[in-house]
Amino acid sequence: MTSGIRRTGIEKTMKVVLLISALASVLIVVLIFLFTMKEAMPAFREIGVWKLLSGTTWRPGNGEFGILAMIAGSGLVTLGAVVIGVPLALCTAVFLSEIAPEWIVRIVRPSIELLAGIPSVVYGLFGMVVIVPLIRTIPAPGNAGYGLLSASIVLAVMVLPTIANISEFAIRSVPRGYREGSLALGATKWETISRVMIPAARPGIISAVVLGLGRALGETIAMIMVIGNSVVLPTAITGNPLSIFLSRARTLTGNIAVEISYATGVHESALFATGVVLFVLIMLVNSSARFLLNKGAH
Amino acid sequence: METEVTRMQAEDYSLFYGKFKALNKINIKIPSNRITAFIGPSGCGKSTFLRSFNRMNDLIPSVTTSGTVFLDNRDVAKEDVVELRKKVGMVFQRPNPFPKSIFDNVAYGPRLHGTKNRSDLAVLVERSLRQAAVWDEVKDDLHKSGMSLSGGQQQRLCIARAIAVEPEVILMDEPASALDPVATLKIEELMNELKKNYTIAIVTHNMQQAGRVSDYTAFLLTDENRAGNLIEFGSTKQIFTTPSDSRTEDYISGRFG
Repeated sequence: MTSGIRRTGIEKTMKVVLLISALASVLIVVLIFLFTMKEAMPAFREIGVWKLLSGTTWRPGNGEFGILAMIAGSGLVTLGAVVIGVPLALCTAVFLSEIAPEWIVRIVRPSIELLAGIPSVVYGLFGMVVIVPLIRTIPAPGNAGYGLLSASIVLAVMVLPTIANISEFAIRSVPRGYREGSLALGATKWETISRVMIPAARPGIISAVVLGLGRALGETIAMIMVIGNSVVLPTAITGNPLSIFLSRARTLTGNIAVEISYATGVHESALFATGVVLFVLIMLVNSSARFLLNKGAH
Repeated sequence: METEVTRMQAEDYSLFYGKFKALNKINIKIPSNRITAFIGPSGCGKSTFLRSFNRMNDLIPSVTTSGTVFLDNRDVAKEDVVELRKKVGMVFQRPNPFPKSIFDNVAYGPRLHGTKNRSDLAVLVERSLRQAAVWDEVKDDLHKSGMSLSGGQQQRLCIARAIAVEPEVILMDEPASALDPVATLKIEELMNELKKNYTIAIVTHNMQQAGRVSDYTAFLLTDENRAGNLIEFGSTKQIFTTPSDSRTEDYISGRFG
């Protein structure tokens, strides 16, 4: 009898403990948002939300706080990273899950996991000594190597492990019956991969890409080290529109990290506002991904 | 038996998983436009043997073979595997429609093999679904996912998908073992229809099923080294009423297995 009471007691306590743990992360997200928002309020009030978002000049000394250049910087560098990184990651995932013999998987997979463990500042160093000099060899006036393209390449390598790992898992989780069914109909290995395995793994691959996107948008130090950090709206530096990627830029994250140590007053508040924008951007990316995921499931 | 046309044949066919011998020198002639059942206890190699006819065992790296399997007197090992599987279709134990629409499931094979024209495909899809006796149930829902169907319908969809590439032979690996009795009956009726146009080889655990549907029955059993041997092959009537090997009789009468 007493043991029965004790057991229901434990039962109830555990329920509460688990509930609190689950709620904790929700609470923390809300708190972070609220406090960032609170610090950002003066900037939103004094500068105006629209002016802050659409302003192209960022001159804290002159009281000019437009972050459009940084939004463009973050957006473009993320786009570049996706364009370079996603195909690379998907090919890696397909190779590891469908093609590579076991012994190659045993070498390649730990290397990719190791890639995920490298601190981002080291990626920054690598970018400075390898990628930037390489990009500098592209003949274009004013091309210093530092800029969106170098940053995109570094970022692509940084998101590769996330996207490759989760995509590989998604492809491996496709029921074996699909593969056999396709092969038994006379499909080649590649036809089976492209027409059955990848489409069936699509929800997982989409979430992998989104996680990568989130990581890309949030990356800070490595970006500061290779992107050039000029607060200018990126523009094509030659006649070729693609040369926009040779332009220097600054990311939202970089803006905060570079200036927060000395900013005061509205300037400081404007940096918090930059954080709010980043926060909302990442939330948008995540929810649109969830939407796509649900659509893919039906 | 002597008057039958042979469609597929195995000659001294052995199969190894690494060093382990799973099939031991099997000799058999699968007659054309008949249903041949492979029966035997679990692990006797009947599924492995069935998969030798469309070389699905190629997917397992450790598998090696000796002897020969023939389709229309041609060594299947020397055929292009894509061409072979076009001629030798397969239906699996678990219904495995692709996560695509019913239409796209059936059109999958024809598209691979070059039929691109939309109206050609539509004709082919309808004909295949009709032959697989599932058309009336799905004709208004061709755009719906194949996964939304019941298990029995899914299996008939998979049969339609196999038929759509116009094979000569259909291999069925326990096609009804995951289905309820009503769905099973439908598949069995369907097989009887299909043998007019196709040669069918079926692996089944269910002796009654073998007795009901097949024209010929092959009984496989493992020997003392756990390698599968063909014990007896003959007309289903003969195997079930007057088996010549006592082991066949023991198995048929339910003394083991």
